[in-house]
Amino acid sequence: MKLSRRGFLKLSAAAALSTAFGGIGFAMKPTAVDRIAMLKPDWSKQTTTACCYCAVGCGLIVNTALSGTKRAINVEGDPDHPINEGALCAKGASIYQLAEGTPGQKNPRLQKVMYRKPFGTKWEAKSWDWALDRIAKNIKRDRDATFVTKNAQGQVVNRCDGLASVGSAAIDNEECWAYQAFLRSLGLVYIEHQARI
Amino acid sequence: MTNHWIDLKNSDCILIMGSNAAENHPISFKWVTKAQEKGATLIHVDPRFTRTSAKADIYAPLRSGSDIAFLGGLINYILENDMAFKEYVINATNATFIVGDDYGFKDGMFTGFDEAKHKYDKSKWKFALDEKGAPKRDMTMQNPKCVYQLLKKHYSRYSVKNAVDMTGTPEDKLLAVYKAYASTNKPDRAGTVMYAMGWTQHTVGVQNIRSMSIVQMLLGNMGVAGGGVNALRGESNVQGSTDQALLYHIIPGYMPTPTTAQPKLEDYLKLVAPVSHDPKSMNWKKHYPKYAVSLIKSFYKNAEPAVGYDWMPKLDAGQNASWLVLFDEMLKGKFKGFFAWGMNPACSGANSNKTREGLTKLDWLVNVNIYDNETGSFWQGPGMDPKKIKTEVFMLPCAVSIEKEGSITNSGRWMQWRQQGPKPLGDSRPDGEIIAELADKVRALYKKEGGAFPEPVLGLNWEDMTSAHGFDVHKTAKLINGYYLKDVEVKQPDGSMKVFKAGTQVAAFPALRDDGSTCSGNWIYCGSYVGPDPKDNRSTKRSKEQTPAQAEVGLFPNWSWSWPVNRRVIYNRASVDATGKPYAPQKPILAWNGKGWDIDVVDGGGAPGSVHPFIMQVHGMAQLFGPGLNDGPFPEYYEPLDCPVSSHPYSKVLHNPTALTFKGEKAAVCDPRFPFVCTTYRVTEHWQTGLQTRYQPWLLEAEPQMFCEMSEELAALRGIKNGEKVWLENERGKLWAKAIVTKRFKPFVVQGNIVHEVGIPWHFGWRFPKDGGDAANLLSPSVGDPNTGIPETKAFMVNVRKA
Repeated sequence: MKLSRRGFLKLSAAAALSTAFGGIGFAMKPTAVDRIAMLKPDWSKQTTTACCYCAVGCGLIVNTALSGTKRAINVEGDPDHPINEGALCAKGASIYQLAEGTPGQKNPRLQKVMYRKPFGTKWEAKSWDWALDRIAKNIKRDRDATFVTKNAQGQVVNRCDGLASVGSAAIDNEECWAYQAFLRSLGLVYIEHQARI
Repeated sequence: MTNHWIDLKNSDCILIMGSNAAENHPISFKWVTKAQEKGATLIHVDPRFTRTSAKADIYAPLRSGSDIAFLGGLINYILENDMAFKEYVINATNATFIVGDDYGFKDGMFTGFDEAKHKYDKSKWKFALDEKGAPKRDMTMQNPKCVYQLLKKHYSRYSVKNAVDMTGTPEDKLLAVYKAYASTNKPDRAGTVMYAMGWTQHTVGVQNIRSMSIVQMLLGNMGVAGGGVNALRGESNVQGSTDQALLYHIIPGYMPTPTTAQPKLEDYLKLVAPVSHDPKSMNWKKHYPKYAVSLIKSFYKNAEPAVGYDWMPKLDAGQNASWLVLFDEMLKGKFKGFFAWGMNPACSGANSNKTREGLTKLDWLVNVNIYDNETGSFWQGPGMDPKKIKTEVFMLPCAVSIEKEGSITNSGRWMQWRQQGPKPLGDSRPDGEIIAELADKVRALYKKEGGAFPEPVLGLNWEDMTSAHGFDVHKTAKLINGYYLKDVEVKQPDGSMKVFKAGTQVAAFPALRDDGSTCSGNWIYCGSYVGPDPKDNRSTKRSKEQTPAQAEVGLFPNWSWSWPVNRRVIYNRASVDATGKPYAPQKPILAWNGKGWDIDVVDGGGAPGSVHPFIMQVHGMAQLFGPGLNDGPFPEYYEPLDCPVSSHPYSKVLHNPTALTFKGEKAAVCDPRFPFVCTTYRVTEHWQTGLQTRYQPWLLEAEPQMFCEMSEELAALRGIKNGEKVWLENERGKLWAKAIVTKRFKPFVVQGNIVHEVGIPWHFGWRFPKDGGDAANLLSPSVGDPNTGIPETKAFMVNVRKA
């Protein structure tokens, strides 16, 4: 009989059930086989996530080095997940490269705050503090300048007409909520994002 | 989705239309295939033969933009052949309702049209009411003014001949689809539809979906296992971001944005709480005042609800601030500052040249992204002279999904928690941290200097979204769920009193209150995080425990959490008869056991037959006649604004008379300069504007650059060979692409004439990779659906020539 690596692990470690992942929230019977627990080399940590591409919501397991680079080493489909049962499409299977780039090459991700001044011809790297201070000042200056208490008909509107936002369906629920609350507290009504297009 | 991904396996007939699920939602096919293995028929209707078509039992080609001819024909086929599931139609839809005398339809127009404003007066489409104020009904459905008869009359024009003439679908294929799909009219059979942007991105987008909803209601396919109307959705959290209302027209939980028509809280609460005079209508929205007040308290917990309401910005009554309007205003110079957060509008918005030009009018732009992109770098893009562009640009690096913790919501409404793997790379940060720190800095400025209307800025409840280290995702998730702000004593079902202490998480939305004693950032998420501890966060649940009946239909009630109240199939009450017996006893999702309901969480509650099934509708019934839409209560056929014909057989009205249009936007109608229909789509290896895929060599190698798919016939006509470079162009822009000459596209015969269609993916942009091409949206029109404002990016006209 030929055994795959996972099949072998399943046989040898079927009893090694994780308390961290089995039935969080309710006192349920643990899942019969917890594959995350089986994929647990002592030099990395295992975390679960949901895919960042389409909205099927496939489950993934991320392995991250505990020492050295402390970066993700591997990302793969979660065999326990009831929707994708471990399978991924080409994009989902490339999330490792989205985060980590190609080994041996410079990661093309943005890793610094970049700034382009008015009429400027190039990017300049800046610190977070510098950039957020300046954006905050811009927000305040232009909110104060464009805030409308009453519209042309004299009706109270309490809104900021000089600022607008699009985004984002790519951020988490909690971030979306905080973002819209922030924008609405400033008085923005031009709040839009991907769902509209 | 009304249903969920695994539920696709329960279907007897799956119609995929306006989507290429096999390539764009590949894992969905795990469940589509399971249904096929059990004998289900798979139908694909699409302009192009794709991998979805290859898996289908029936493939029917259709010209982009002609869907209502196809679906209206199906409605007519069902009605003419008397195939509706009558018991369901009578008990679950408004088919029996009598429509008032003011309603009428003639020559493509409904009554109440205002020529000057291009708007309908919807009060003309009201139902006739009885003395109690409930809609009058004719249970025999014979009254000529009842919805069923009006529907029959309306769609009598939607003949097979007319459908074939406009769609270009061969008659035998069209009839094969109608026959297969209508066979789901049996009580124990279910048909489902999987759609995506192929239906929404039209000036009749909402009515495309309405047409299919009517089909589903007539066949009794709503609320059942293997049924429903299922929007596949393209971004991992586009369900969640919509729920949280990153949109101009709603606030969290699908309540309308306040306008000047509701100057005070009491006006707003009146607006959101409809009144029903039918004792069997649950009219769930009557509870909205509790959700609205709890939402205001989540924003401004130390303010009285009426004051918090005053602090919320108001739209002018009737104001449209949707995407296309936003960019139109930007071009006119309305905005000083603009955030493009996790978005790349320079490529994703219709009419990209207009969008890109708009960005030059800003004083400043904040662009938060994982990679450099066409929006942040617009000032150095094609045709731009940086020295002449005033816009100050901040490009902020954010973390990728595996580097942060938080929840996202999939199309099946499953709220799933992500754990943090590695820490954010370099200086990149989670979006939540950036938002909270920026807000903190703005607040500090207002605290120090004062300024315009500082109360809402200073009063916003950051205390419940942050802790000492900044943004706190767990606290925010708990706030979205909601908690008691005061000790509240509540009478229990057994008559005893129970006190919920201030600070306790609210268990579910029926417990929310309108007196300011509870807060909840989003009522539909109330029930997701029900205690103080991370283990009370139900979105983290990973148990596959299920009953045998749940296993039979693929229901996993203990894996993650689904809004509302962990209900996995919404409108599930429509799956049982008046005694609570499932219509499909071999795959029930709900059953009455004499005392309570088994399998899924029932919609509504109470005994079988005690309430109408569609509890979110004021009258409790699914709406065959939909009087709330801007372009009419029944879907009607109109051509896209750019189109290859000058007339159609349904009426003399060529285009949707209420479509969202802008001054200066030119339409190409039978314009010989732009003779070919063009549509846009995705490939498996790329996503959206390509920002999360173009930078990955594994993916880019498979799909390296812009291409244009065309038929062999069109290629011969234009002397184009496979692999040659071509130009696509129209009034809005010009774009090069590599020609893919393929049998996947075939010319359509429309009204006796040959119409060619080409297709282009929308994943590319000038910034990266070199020689990858540019955005498909350089060619798409900035016109939109009158209800949603979604642009018509799926059907427009172009010329194609050899480069």
